[in-house]
Amino acid sequence: MAWTRDQMAARAARELQDGFYVNLGIGIPTLVANYIQEGMDVRLQSENGMLGMGPFPYDGEEDADLINAGKQTITTLPETSFFSSADSFGMIRGGHIDLSILGAMQVAENGDLANWMIPGKMVKGMGGAMDLVAGVKRVVVVMEHEAKGQAKLLRECNLPLTGKRVADLVITDLGVFTIARRGEVDMRLIELADGVTLDEIKAKTEAHFTVALDAVAA
Amino acid sequence: MRKTRSTVADALEGLLRDGMTIMSGGFGLCGIPEALIEGIERSGARDLTIISNNAGVDGIGLGRLLATKQVKKMISSYVGENKLFAEQFLSGELELEFNPQGTLAERIRAGGAGIPAFYTKTGVGTIIADGKEVRSFNGEDYVMETGLVADLSVVHAYKGDAEGNLVYRKTARNFNPMMATAGKVTVAEVEHLVPTGSIDPDQIHTPGIFVDRIIHVPAPTKHIEQRTVRPRIEENA
Repeated sequence: MAWTRDQMAARAARELQDGFYVNLGIGIPTLVANYIQEGMDVRLQSENGMLGMGPFPYDGEEDADLINAGKQTITTLPETSFFSSADSFGMIRGGHIDLSILGAMQVAENGDLANWMIPGKMVKGMGGAMDLVAGVKRVVVVMEHEAKGQAKLLRECNLPLTGKRVADLVITDLGVFTIARRGEVDMRLIELADGVTLDEIKAKTEAHFTVALDAVAA
Repeated sequence: MRKTRSTVADALEGLLRDGMTIMSGGFGLCGIPEALIEGIERSGARDLTIISNNAGVDGIGLGRLLATKQVKKMISSYVGENKLFAEQFLSGELELEFNPQGTLAERIRAGGAGIPAFYTKTGVGTIIADGKEVRSFNGEDYVMETGLVADLSVVHAYKGDAEGNLVYRKTARNFNPMMATAGKVTVAEVEHLVPTGSIDPDQIHTPGIFVDRIIHVPAPTKHIEQRTVRPRIEENA
């Protein structure tokens, strides 16, 4: 047993705090919006130039001028504002966004993150990912623990990096890890997914980590 | 100061030549200057360097210039939606320079504002920083990126007047305002051409000084790449 995509998204939603400005990446991170707690006041930023992103529109109410960074049709909220791409990345690079939740291909035990390029394959581009990991205050990665039986949590990334020492927290289908972005390399397993054993997660993780499961229970 | 032109051909007259650099606004297909791109297509200008966040899709927007092989090089942040792009890139016909999206936006902003270079923490420690100056400020490393300018910028706005003042609509704003400032010549297509004085000066996004020519493209077809909707539930409950 491991967490489903929705359970991973729900776990990521627990990283939100009241008053946070948040950028959600494409894929599982997008699902996080479905698990924002009742009464929790967060503002979703979309890097193509919008703060205060609303839900998908009702059928027939789509507006081609109103899309998110995944090019999906969306809606406004009373608090919505629009701005240019330069202002948008000023928010991101300038450290005004509290939390970025995004996917990754690989994360290393020192927080290096790779999610944009596989050499030899057609590269689609990094979009805003490099700016987000470099500029947002806290970076949470949500990803499958393995890709086709290969570990994704590594001693060192072997894919070209998106950012160096940028990941703070990694949520996989098997568990949750914290990573130190500064100073000594320090990766800790703080939670196991339902029904996952320590032996299983150790077998499927190349990165060196310490086990700190009690820290959460306490 | 006659900026208004009546046809796309007129709006681009004398501006296009082989080997030039063109900035084209939009994010995905949202806010792209589609009529002006089709004008560039009809002109047959070749070996173009195009600066645009994305490369259109097959048959729409910049995808049309790829189909006619008018593009030599793209400077973009994400080109994933275009099959033709992949083919031309893999066969070596098309050059590609990837920029992180925020770096691209800032390079254009800087270019238009007369700033030749700036430092950013985006891309430090990645291949994006290869060959670029890295400098430390307050104990953190930053990579130097240069400002971008173009021979021609083509942008799309919702509203404009004969003075060249522009107002964008919702997320169709994106790269258009910076690109308007960074073209040696900027041509804007607008959905509504309104009398000068009818736009509240406090609401103008791009002041007319940045716009050289303006053309009215009423009721353009707008494209949606990912139509996503939610079901109407218990409407009559």
